[in-house]
Amino acid sequence: MALTNIFIQEKLVEKFGDQVSTFATDTDILSFETLAANNLKVIQFLYDELGFTFLTDLCGVNYPDQKDAEIVVVYHLHNFIENIRVRLSIAVPVEKPDVFTASKLFESANWMERETYDFFGVNFIGHSNLKRILNVDEMDYFPLRKEFPLEDQTRIDKDDEMFGRG
Amino acid sequence: MEAHKNIDLPQGSIEKRTTTLNIGPTHPATHGVFQNIMEIDGERVVSSEQTVGFIHRAFEKLAEHRNLYQITPITDRLNYCSSPINNMGWHITCERFLKVEIPKRVDYLRVIIMELARISDHLICNSIVGVDTGAYTGFLYVMQYRELIYEIYEEVCGSRLTTNIGRIGGFERNFTNTAFTKLEKFLNEYPKVLKEFESLFTRNRIFMERTQGTGGITAARAMNYGFTGPNLRAAGVDYDVRVANPYSSYQDFDFTIPVGTTGDNYDRFLVRNAEMWQSLSIIKQAYEKVQSFKGAEAEIFHADVPEYYLPKKEDVYNNMEALIWHFKIIMGEVHLPKGQIYSAVEGGNGELGFYLVSDGGRTPFRLHFRRPCFIYYQAYPELITGGMLSDAVVTMSSLNLIAGELDA
Repeated sequence: MALTNIFIQEKLVEKFGDQVSTFATDTDILSFETLAANNLKVIQFLYDELGFTFLTDLCGVNYPDQKDAEIVVVYHLHNFIENIRVRLSIAVPVEKPDVFTASKLFESANWMERETYDFFGVNFIGHSNLKRILNVDEMDYFPLRKEFPLEDQTRIDKDDEMFGRG
Repeated sequence: MEAHKNIDLPQGSIEKRTTTLNIGPTHPATHGVFQNIMEIDGERVVSSEQTVGFIHRAFEKLAEHRNLYQITPITDRLNYCSSPINNMGWHITCERFLKVEIPKRVDYLRVIIMELARISDHLICNSIVGVDTGAYTGFLYVMQYRELIYEIYEEVCGSRLTTNIGRIGGFERNFTNTAFTKLEKFLNEYPKVLKEFESLFTRNRIFMERTQGTGGITAARAMNYGFTGPNLRAAGVDYDVRVANPYSSYQDFDFTIPVGTTGDNYDRFLVRNAEMWQSLSIIKQAYEKVQSFKGAEAEIFHADVPEYYLPKKEDVYNNMEALIWHFKIIMGEVHLPKGQIYSAVEGGNGELGFYLVSDGGRTPFRLHFRRPCFIYYQAYPELITGGMLSDAVVTMSSLNLIAGELDA
């Protein structure tokens, strides 16, 4: 039987009940949320039962306005045989961004989790080598969080003489 | 007399059996800014650790402060061996997100450019594998055909390496006759060159002995490591985004996906070579389809998306509406719809994905690039451990690692 979004949704609800929520199929990919404590269980279930054996992408998003759910970790999983993708997201508070690592299941998650740690400070519990990957080791902040805006391009109080704009 | 003691070590120190060797960050064997800290025992690699991020330029942060059309030049600098694919991938992501209908002719023109880019990407990768095994001739010989591809880009968009080609909705101008003449020249002359390039390498005994059985990976491990593109296909998985999730009307073309079996350096080389033949055939088909448009249809080179496609300059000077759109686009005053999308294209070295999150503002709320070589480079220690140091160099070049994409 061909795997459909509805079927995946039913299976997930059957297994996890109300711990999986916010199903949406905007732009063709089934996306849904689960609790941070459940992420490995859901990913393992998708892997074992529904054939999502390929982790396409893992990244973070920062929503500073969502109270206690400021950091969101997004997984894109792919079932090659049925050629269907799902997007799973989990939200964690910025004060305690603890997420279980998926790197034991997918080797590819190793660096993607390091990257997410590097930019958002997500603490992947159980990761074997959680350190910065693209930024310098001495960096003491997480640059892709929204609290670090880029410079306003219209500012005029800066001495630009050195750059030919003075 | 004590047997086998090279140097007198200070008391209390431990004699180290292996040698630590730093390759990179800048080294002729790395073809890019990569650092490998290898433990070697004689010439055998015992373990290695990679350091990446030397040319990290914070593209994802930059993209949060730019309008959609300003992000295209950022994508140029990902995999700069095939920047048109990155540009088109970004345009296609935006078009899918904005639900823009693209005319067929634009799709076919895009396919021509993307397949040319794929050829130039594979050409560089394969000839560099040749250079690293000691055969420089192929590299020099094919370079003039990469030059011809760059001339076609130049004719279409005005630049060569970082192309910034096309716009959201299509191309900035129609293809000129010179562009088509150069394309015909390429289609006529390139098969002979590729044939000769293949006969230089494919059954070359030195080349085969250097590449067969080195840097191999099984299909299951390759999938677990997130391999995509030719590297995954060389391991035997027939996954290609052009077929799995067609974009830009790839479903209209007839082509096959070459696969390997062992996933070693030789198979990767063969898969890339075979893909170049397929790309050539796709370009031929696309060119025929483009030529089949007659009359007004043959002049279409962009879709009707006034919110994102810059109007013609003469319209801007003479037409109020065009002036308004021009101003709104340039000043970035167009608001995006809310939502999120993941859209992928088959890049030169794998699935190049764009994950775009919008909160309804003028710039993306978050843009994440799924860079294929960032993901598969983590398999490198597994590929080289136990092999010779000189094979590690070949493995690195046959993985088609592009530092610009890896470090984003």
